[in-house]
Amino acid sequence: MVHAATHTGTTTLALPVISGAQLLPWAVFGGLLLVLMLYFVGAEQGATSLIQGREVHEFVHDARHLLGFPCH
Amino acid sequence: MIGILLARGMLIGILAGLLAFGVATLIGEPPVERAIALEAGGGHDHHDGDHPDGGHHDTVAPHEHAAEGGHHHHGAEAADGEEEIFSRGTQAGWGLLTGLLVHGAAIGGLFALTYAYAQGRMGALGPRGLAATLAALGFLAIVLVPGFKYPANPPAVGNPDTIQQRTALFFMLLILSVAAMATAVVTARRLAARWGSWNAGLAGGLLFVAVMAAAGLVLPMVDEVPEGFPAQLLWRFRLASWGIQATLWAGLGLGFGWLCDRAQARDAGALRRGDRPALF
Repeated sequence: MVHAATHTGTTTLALPVISGAQLLPWAVFGGLLLVLMLYFVGAEQGATSLIQGREVHEFVHDARHLLGFPCH
Repeated sequence: MIGILLARGMLIGILAGLLAFGVATLIGEPPVERAIALEAGGGHDHHDGDHPDGGHHDTVAPHEHAAEGGHHHHGAEAADGEEEIFSRGTQAGWGLLTGLLVHGAAIGGLFALTYAYAQGRMGALGPRGLAATLAALGFLAIVLVPGFKYPANPPAVGNPDTIQQRTALFFMLLILSVAAMATAVVTARRLAARWGSWNAGLAGGLLFVAVMAAAGLVLPMVDEVPEGFPAQLLWRFRLASWGIQATLWAGLGLGFGWLCDRAQARDAGALRRGDRPALF
């Protein structure tokens, strides 16, 4: 059973496969930085603190609640 | 190519975060403001009429905990001791915007890395179909399904003394959910050759549902809604939270797919020539 890719106008080109080895350094370093960004919005100065105080928590307070992270 | 995809994902993620900010301002902030007003009024006077007899000060627990813990404050509460760091206006404006843009950029980047791995490995899907599929699965695994067990809570709901456990449980379930979804997709892809893509998809879906249902039964329940907290307000807040997340993920999936679809022919040409593909 072959699925016809419905694509208006242009014909579908096969998407290039990126090897796992090529992706690994991006996934490790990029992934780490991106997860750190999520941590600062979602959890810093809540259960754990990398930075003293409550400034980060208070500043992103509303986003943290509305995105569904446990806030306090 | 991976770097270009990552940049596209973060860029679209920021734009989707901006859209989410619009939705949050429209439907998210009103319930947040009401919850803070209830919280601030909770320990003193019951102007809101939720406690007809007005004498049950001990029923609104979180506020009392906050006074002891001393780290639980909103601009509106500044009257009871500690100085306010940011006004409610800043929290609802620049603070909310910053939070949603940073979150959008981070989710967009992680989405792009997942897309980079998935492209060419998910059957005959083109850029738009692949991005939309991944965004739908991501929304299910990262937002909706874990949210059934540990839903979003407005200010005034949640005991500050249990923040450690609640945070640990929340992220544990989140990681489990992402792992279960990844396993389900890989399993479905493996089975597709033998069972056909429909039945293989059903098997993958069943695997995800089974794992998450088991986790939902095993993990402890968190019930910290103060007595007398309006059910309608809680529902509106949670609905708004899903609306904001749905906006973010839909904007990301559709925007990223659109961008990669229109660049597809040029990307392929650049790769053939050994050039670096352009961002747009």
